[in-house]
Amino acid sequence: MNVDTLVIGGGPAGLAAALSANKNGVKNVLLIERGSELGGILPQCIHDGFGTVIFKERLTGPEYAERYIQEIKKTGINVKLETMVLEIDRNKRVIAVNPTDGLLDIQAKTLILAMGCRERTRQQILIPGDRPAGIFTAGVAQRYINIEGIMLGKKIVILGSGDVGLIMARRFILEGAEVEGVYEIMPVPGGLTRNLVQCLQDYEIPLHLSHTIVNIKGKNRVEGVAVAQVDSDMRPIGGTERFVPCDTVIVSVGLIPENELSEMVPLKLDSMTGGPIVDETMETSTAGIYAAGNVVHVHDLVDDVSTEGEIAGKAAARFGELKERENPIKVEAGENVRYVVPQIIRKKSFEQNVKLSFRVKEVQRNTSVKVFAGGENIYSMKERVVRPPEMLSVSLPSSVLEKTQVVKVVVEKDNEKSS
Amino acid sequence: MRKVHKFTCIGCPSSCEIKLFENDGQKIEVVGAGCKIGKEYAIKEFTAPERILTSTVRVENGVLPVLPVKSEKPIPKKLIRESVQALAKVKVRAPIKQGSIVYENMLNTGVNVIASRNLEARDLER
Repeated sequence: MNVDTLVIGGGPAGLAAALSANKNGVKNVLLIERGSELGGILPQCIHDGFGTVIFKERLTGPEYAERYIQEIKKTGINVKLETMVLEIDRNKRVIAVNPTDGLLDIQAKTLILAMGCRERTRQQILIPGDRPAGIFTAGVAQRYINIEGIMLGKKIVILGSGDVGLIMARRFILEGAEVEGVYEIMPVPGGLTRNLVQCLQDYEIPLHLSHTIVNIKGKNRVEGVAVAQVDSDMRPIGGTERFVPCDTVIVSVGLIPENELSEMVPLKLDSMTGGPIVDETMETSTAGIYAAGNVVHVHDLVDDVSTEGEIAGKAAARFGELKERENPIKVEAGENVRYVVPQIIRKKSFEQNVKLSFRVKEVQRNTSVKVFAGGENIYSMKERVVRPPEMLSVSLPSSVLEKTQVVKVVVEKDNEKSS
Repeated sequence: MRKVHKFTCIGCPSSCEIKLFENDGQKIEVVGAGCKIGKEYAIKEFTAPERILTSTVRVENGVLPVLPVKSEKPIPKKLIRESVQALAKVKVRAPIKQGSIVYENMLNTGVNVIASRNLEARDLER
């Protein structure tokens, strides 16, 4: 079959991208999703706090998804569920499979990749010990409890202070379990401050920073874990080890963009983000293939994921329009900046404003976010505190950025006294 | 007596660190809030902290066995646990429309608990 725009992934990025392509004039949009319903991870995120940027309301995950799903239903966008992509190539031909159509051979004019991300597991962080039942990633636990209605344990230990882990700590308490504590190997929390407040502080769950699990014990089911304090090189400190009896271990140790399909194309990936390198319109290294959301870089707010999807959808609708493909402007991560998306900016773009999204490496107080074009400081904004879990962004007119070949984002300590 | 209370706003990701100065149980000043939401949040946390309640209830005949629900408005923080226990006894029958009332007037707060999503029935009703 032939389509104009094919969107892979029906989570928040894919939903927004499909809608935006449709609104910007693409006639034949096909949205394919591996799961049995649209919304991606949102249906299992039953807590509130979604949509504060886009809708100015505190919605639950299912409500946020529903807003987009209802919009999709009003359009002529074709949706295929339980559809899995097997192959993809640089000519935008996609082979997919589902129980109703069997094998699908799809030729698209433009492609939008919105596959999201997945969780790091126990295996990826190499926790020694037994391999009993009772070890789950936070997202899997969330699905069991909130979608399948299955409770997982009575006494819980949580490894990692990522947002999903914090949210599940509260959820376990409310479902009647005991949460012994959250153990974080880093000296700073991994999740958003608001989740530390309303998930841990509200329920008096202890957070042990610079601590990790050094052993898991249990024959059939988890019987307990050994925890220990770590030094500045994240090595366990001798003599600090303590045994914590528990029946369940929840692992919340980060998310990885899911890019097997991007590698198959193949697209150029950024080793810092783990996602495709994109320009200011979310176009990847292959013309006509766009990417948006957590497949590009892991976000902390769904609102930002939707916004990226919107940009990608609009760009797919304007595919072929003039923008200079040669000599893009390079965007660099300077002092205390881990990465910046987009990684390149094309000159003469139809996007009048470019939003630079970035994360800092370290917590810093009384700092300034600065953007340099060439050597010139074109933007400066004071921040009281910057933290790695909280993504920052700056919007700048492309006319200002176009003057140079290199744009650099830096976060540096203020010399003057803080006001 | 003068006291300082520290709050971290949960209104948005800026997570403003707000100080509320109290004198003999009376609020005298709020500093550090980046916007109106933060100022109101700090005052609310000082006087009567509230949270939106979210949980799930059992579903009969649904495509899924549980339904996510939420309180229409924030309720007192101290009532959250008891509210979740009350919801544990609730069973609803699919199909369910998003926004429909699942539990009326939770613990006399005057706040209803509503369905967070649409949930279809597993099979057609006879």
